[in-house]
Amino acid sequence: MIYEPSLMAVLIFGGIVAITLGLSFWLGAKAKSAKGYFAAGGGIHWFVNGVAFAGDYLSAASFLGICGMIAFYGYDGFLYSIGYLAGWIVALFVIAEPLKRMGRFTFADALDSKFQSRGIKLAAAISTLVVSIFYLIPQMVGAGALITPLLGFPHYVGVLMVGTIVILIVVTAGMVSTTYVQFLKGSLLVIFSTVLTVLILQRGLSTDPANDGKPTHQFQILGPTASDKIEHWKSELKLNENDSLIPLDQGAWATKDYLQLTRDDKVSYWKVTESPEQQYYLSETQYKQKNKNGSIIINGLTQGTGEGETDLYPVGRISKLPGDEAETGPLGVTEFLSTIRESELILWGSDTIKEKDGAVLTIYFPKPTTGEKVLSPGNHPKFAGIRSDKIWGKLNFLSLMLALFCGTASLPHILIRYYTVKDQASARKSTIVGIGTIGYFYILTLFMGLGAMTSGALDVTNTNMAAPLLAKSIGDWLFAVISAIAFTTVLGTVSGLIIASSGAVVHDLMSSFMKIEMNDFSKVRIAKIASVVVGVIAIILGILFENFNVNYLVGWAFSVAASANLPALVMLLFWSKTTKQGITVAIFTGMVSSLTWILLSADSYKGIYGLDPTTAIVPFSQPGLVTIPLGFLTLIVVSLLTQPKSKEIKS
Amino acid sequence: MAGFDHGPNEPEDQENSETISRNTRLGLKLFMVYLALYGGFVFLNTFSPAKMEVVVFAGLNLAIVYGFTLIIAAFVLALIYGWSCRNDVSSDTSKNEGASQ
Repeated sequence: MIYEPSLMAVLIFGGIVAITLGLSFWLGAKAKSAKGYFAAGGGIHWFVNGVAFAGDYLSAASFLGICGMIAFYGYDGFLYSIGYLAGWIVALFVIAEPLKRMGRFTFADALDSKFQSRGIKLAAAISTLVVSIFYLIPQMVGAGALITPLLGFPHYVGVLMVGTIVILIVVTAGMVSTTYVQFLKGSLLVIFSTVLTVLILQRGLSTDPANDGKPTHQFQILGPTASDKIEHWKSELKLNENDSLIPLDQGAWATKDYLQLTRDDKVSYWKVTESPEQQYYLSETQYKQKNKNGSIIINGLTQGTGEGETDLYPVGRISKLPGDEAETGPLGVTEFLSTIRESELILWGSDTIKEKDGAVLTIYFPKPTTGEKVLSPGNHPKFAGIRSDKIWGKLNFLSLMLALFCGTASLPHILIRYYTVKDQASARKSTIVGIGTIGYFYILTLFMGLGAMTSGALDVTNTNMAAPLLAKSIGDWLFAVISAIAFTTVLGTVSGLIIASSGAVVHDLMSSFMKIEMNDFSKVRIAKIASVVVGVIAIILGILFENFNVNYLVGWAFSVAASANLPALVMLLFWSKTTKQGITVAIFTGMVSSLTWILLSADSYKGIYGLDPTTAIVPFSQPGLVTIPLGFLTLIVVSLLTQPKSKEIKS
Repeated sequence: MAGFDHGPNEPEDQENSETISRNTRLGLKLFMVYLALYGGFVFLNTFSPAKMEVVVFAGLNLAIVYGFTLIIAAFVLALIYGWSCRNDVSSDTSKNEGASQ
């Protein structure tokens, strides 16, 4: 869709970014030593650190991805919220304190504290880099999704902007600034999400939501009828002599059940659907046609805002409220959810059709769905497996929920924040504050997501923009503030990740593995060079992965993190027979197996290589269920095989 | 001290070993409680998704109620943990915390 930038939004946005950068420079000037750069001298207050945990964690994925997934598929998006939060329990109860007691700077240092092994350093450093880069992709994609409706720029400009600003922050300042920036932005995100939720509840639900003052386009759905004869639809559509309605059954259309309507020389496509009761429906759709020469046709006209041009309609509404009311007025918290459960809503699906002349059509069609289904699991195509009898779909879901549970404690940029408070008691309190803040926010995501679903403001082409567009449908000022906060969210998360990666390069790869002698000054300088390199890689990947839901990408990052790092961390802390060979081999096995699994999965076949997903080699897409146990098993077997002959390594 | 990557960055105070093992055991117990709750949720979703549509109270279905319960339970368990551990920590630590900024 085409977006008109709003001056106020741009001004507020610019103001917040300027304040963030100013704070970074000012605080950065105070932290000159290497210890200050990486871990803020261990002197951050636990409450600030706790909210900063939330700031780190509530990334673009949490805000944009979850809201977007709920807005398009209902409850399935909320499953991510639940899984992400549950991961904190592993972090707090199992990993946090023993790790803090070891008192190391980076993840690799912690893993290696017992053995002083170069192999572990290398394995941990590479896994930190891989996980950070995987986690950076969704952040950058999220940045693009924010900038498009805000400034009207294309996706890649947003990615470039975030990349450049973050590299600037990281190179000029360091961890101190990012902890306070994360604190600030974690607080703002929670406060304004609360405001947004209150406004959603006050607005209530309506079958004709006023999006920015404009009425919603009501897509026609004909039927139900017992006959799908073309003559029947022709009479329902009241066609003139010059109009035509023909079934499309050639080439790529053959399996899709579309009718082509030509009326007043304008071509549109109508989708025939059959209900389980053998009743037929005919739905008006909207489409985007990308021609081989690059021109874009929307619903038969050129895409644009001028005379004779058109754009995709914003979507997302309730089609039937309980008691056939038109609107509900303000609603309470449980009332909002129970009203949606008793309503019927319009969700959207899409079909992609490649024509022989090289044009690619994406057709978006409405799917009337009961509130009962919207508020229960299994609507998302990737979760639909739990509603079938096939075991692979169910295992895929189990695998994802396991990876979310195990992933949090294994993320390098979360771990590094344990070192920024001075003792175990503070680390504990930080985590509790973090869990409280994050849990509260995740409850809000359900209301924001459902608010977006019924706002009439969704961009049918991009799930990631749901939250900003929801804010825009309520008011320009709110849109401005929310976008600015979300943008600084991305800034903060990306800078945290880049610092974790540069730490891995300097400490673990160069200083410990390659044994390069460096003084403090040159270490910080190399860390900065590493930051620039990682930042550039993130920019490139962020542009490439534009069309993935950011949340889904985060799921992958969690799988890789959990598979590579969790077995090593847990066994090191709780199994006295763990050896350095066991840790090294387990990290590599977990990392390589989970990456390979992802690259051979149906989702990669479809999304990355453009191949037929049914030919994928692995039976389900999420690796965690196989690769996390594999990591543990490898560690145990290798450790048992490499037990020292004498009892020399008694701690 | 520059305190880079050679040698540990010793925390300013160490809890005694008895406190540490008590906290570890408490942590693992609470972890098991949550694991059971989360595991129940995931298995119900996987093998019996239709049950999640059942209305529990106030027009809310099991999916919503169980989901919110998991989020609130995480916070409550964290508070229990923090509270119990605090009782075990020596008085030195709490004094230092006040001055930690």
